[in-house]
Amino acid sequence: MAELWSGTLWPLIIIVAQILLIVLPLLGAVAYLTYAERKVIGAMQMRRGPNVVGPFGLFQPIADGVKLMLKETIIPTGADRPVFILAPMLTFILALIGWAVIPFDSGWVLADINVGVLYLLAISGLGVYGIIMAGWASNSRYALLGGLRSAAQMVSYEISMGLIIISVLVTAGTLNLSEIVEAQGNGMWYFIPHFPMFVIFIVSILAETNRAPFDLPEAEAELVSGYNVEYSAMTFALFFLGEYANMILMSAIAVVLFLGGWLPPVDVAPFTWIPGIIWFALKICLILFIFLWARATFPRYRYDQLMRLGWKVFLPVSLVWVVLTAGVLMAFDALPA
Amino acid sequence: MIHALTFYLFATVGVVAALMVVTSRNPVHSVLWLILAFFNGAGLFVLMGAEFLAMLVVVVYVGAVAVLFLFVVMMLDINMIGLREGLLRYLPIGAAIAIVLAVEVIALFMDWTMAPEAMSLRAAPVPDIAEVTNTEALGNLIYTRYVYLFQIAGLILFVAMVGAIVLTLRVNPQVRRQSIATQISRPKSEILAVEKVRSRGGI
Amino acid sequence: MSFIDRTARGFLLAELVSGLALTLRYMFKPKYTINYPHEKGYLSPRFRGEHALRRYPNGEERCIACKLCEAICPAQAITIEAEERSDGSRRTTRYDIDMTKCIYCGFCEEACPVDAIVEGPNFEFATETREELLYDKDKLLANGDRWEPELAARLELDAPYR
Repeated sequence: MAELWSGTLWPLIIIVAQILLIVLPLLGAVAYLTYAERKVIGAMQMRRGPNVVGPFGLFQPIADGVKLMLKETIIPTGADRPVFILAPMLTFILALIGWAVIPFDSGWVLADINVGVLYLLAISGLGVYGIIMAGWASNSRYALLGGLRSAAQMVSYEISMGLIIISVLVTAGTLNLSEIVEAQGNGMWYFIPHFPMFVIFIVSILAETNRAPFDLPEAEAELVSGYNVEYSAMTFALFFLGEYANMILMSAIAVVLFLGGWLPPVDVAPFTWIPGIIWFALKICLILFIFLWARATFPRYRYDQLMRLGWKVFLPVSLVWVVLTAGVLMAFDALPA
Repeated sequence: MIHALTFYLFATVGVVAALMVVTSRNPVHSVLWLILAFFNGAGLFVLMGAEFLAMLVVVVYVGAVAVLFLFVVMMLDINMIGLREGLLRYLPIGAAIAIVLAVEVIALFMDWTMAPEAMSLRAAPVPDIAEVTNTEALGNLIYTRYVYLFQIAGLILFVAMVGAIVLTLRVNPQVRRQSIATQISRPKSEILAVEKVRSRGGI
Repeated sequence: MSFIDRTARGFLLAELVSGLALTLRYMFKPKYTINYPHEKGYLSPRFRGEHALRRYPNGEERCIACKLCEAICPAQAITIEAEERSDGSRRTTRYDIDMTKCIYCGFCEEACPVDAIVEGPNFEFATETREELLYDKDKLLANGDRWEPELAARLELDAPYR
C-alpha cells in the first residue's frame, strides 16, 4: 500500500499539480492576450479598445468568456456530429500539450525529453487536424474551403519551419530545449547569427497559427470566417482559446530557439537578480506584440501569393541556410560535440 | 505495472483503430481512424525507448501524409450505395486473393531457415541507450554505415517527385501569369503621372 | 544602381519595416474616438433625429392637420386624422409616426408650414420592443415639450439658410 502510494499515486498527484500550474496561468494569459490584442490594435488604429467592463476594460475577457459559455451550442443538421464536436476539443488540447516540454526556467520543465524540438514540431503539425475536421464536419462550403486552405498552408510552412529549426539544432548540437537554451548562454543568442532565419521563423509562425496576414482559413471578407462559421458558444470558444494558446506556444518556441529562453540579456548583476521566468515571459510578450503589430499593419495575402512565399522563397532560403550553417561550423571547426 | 498498462492501452486502441479504418463506411472517418492508429504506433515506439522514431512517425505520417490523404478524400464525392454494391460484387475475388496470400505466408513460415550469419549481420554497433540519445545513435548509423542506402532512398524519392511534377505539369500558353518581381520593382515614375489640368481644357 | 537599390530594399524588407514603423508611430498618437456614452460628438443644428410636435408659447399645439407631411413622407410613416374642434379650429385627432418605417429624411419638417413637426437632436431613443417605436400624438407632443428650448435654438440657428 505504502509502495503504491509513494511509487505511483504521489508522483501522479505531483504531475497533475504541475500540469495545473502550467495550464491555469496559461488560460489567464490567453484571456488577457485577447484583451491586449484589442487594446494594441485599437491604439494602432487610434481607437480605444475595450474600456467599459471594469477598470480600463480589464474584465472584458471574463465577460466574453461568460457570454460564450452561456450561449447555446448549435450543431447543424447536416453536420457529422462526433467529428464536429471533436474538432474544437482537438484544437484546444493540442495547443495545451505542447507546453509539456517548454522550459520556463533552468530545470522548470514538465517533461525534459531528449526530442523536445521534434515533439513541438509534431504537435504543431497536428494542429491542422482540428481545423480541417471542423471544415469538413460542418457540411458547409465556406467551412470546407477554409479547412482546405488551412491544410495546404500549414503543411507548406511546416517544412520551412523544420529546416529553420534544423539550422538551430546544428548550432546547438542537441534536440533538448533546455540544452538549446544553455548552449545560447555559452555563446550568443541565436537570433544574432541566424537573423534571417529568425525573421523567416516569425513569419512562418504567423502562417502556422493562421494569424493575419496569413489568416486565409478564416478570411472574414471572403469565407465569412472560414472553418468556424458553423460553430457557436463553447465549441467556438475552444477554437478561440486554442488559436491564442497556440500563438503563445509558438512565441515560446521562438524565444527558446532564438532569444535565449530564460536567460537575461546581459549576464551582469541587475539583470541576473530578476528570475528567469520573468525574462521568459517578457520575451514571449515581445514576440506576441509582433503578432499583434503585424495584424494591425499588413493586409491579408492572396492564396497563391501565400503558397509562392512558402515554397519558392522560404523553403529555398532556409535550405541554403542549413547548408551554410553546417558549412561554416565545419570550416571553423565549431561543430558542437 | 503502469508500463504494461500503457502498452496494452496503446496496443488495443491501435488495433481497434486499424480495424475501424477498414470497416468504417465514410472514407473521411477511415482516414481519421488511420491517424489514431499512427498515433498509437508512435506511442508504442515511445514505450520501446525509440522517441526519435516516434516523433518522426507523428511529424511525417500524421503531420504530412495523412493531411494529404484527408485533403484528397474530403474532395471526393462519394456515393455510399455504389460502394456497398461494389463490395458484394468483388467479394469472391477479394476472398480468393486473401486465401492465396494466407496459404503462401503459412507455407513460408513452415520452412523458414535463417542464414547462420544473419544475426551477426543485423547487429549494428548501437551503443547503449543510457549513454547516447537515440537521435545520435540513429544519426551515427545512417550517415556512416548506411550512407549509400540513405542517399539512394533520397534519390528514389527525388525521382518520384520529379515524375509527379512531370506528369501533372501542363504548360498552357493562354494563361497569363503575374510576375510579382516586375510588378513591385516598377518605379513610381513609370506608373504615375501627375498633370495639371486646365479648367475646361481636358488632357 | 537602381537595381542594387531595389534588391537591397527587397532583401532588407524595407517596405515591411516602414509599414511597421508607421503603425508603431500611430500607436502613440492621441486617440481619435470619443468615449461615447460619457462624451458625445458635435451635432449640427440640422441634425435629423427623433421627431417632436411643437406648441406655441401659449400652450396651443401648432399642428393644423394640413397633412402636407403625410403626403410628402416617402416612407409613408405618418398617419393623420383630423376633426374640427369645439372652438371651430382644425386640429388632429390622431398623429402617428411609425419610427420603424421613418428614414429620417426631414421632408416632413420642410413641408410643415407652421414648424409643428420637427426632427430634434435626440438620437438615443432605442427601445426594447417594437411597439414602443410606434409613436402617437401624445408621445410626439411630450417630446416637443421636453426638447422645446433646444428645438427653438436649432430653428433659429438654421433660419438664415431656409
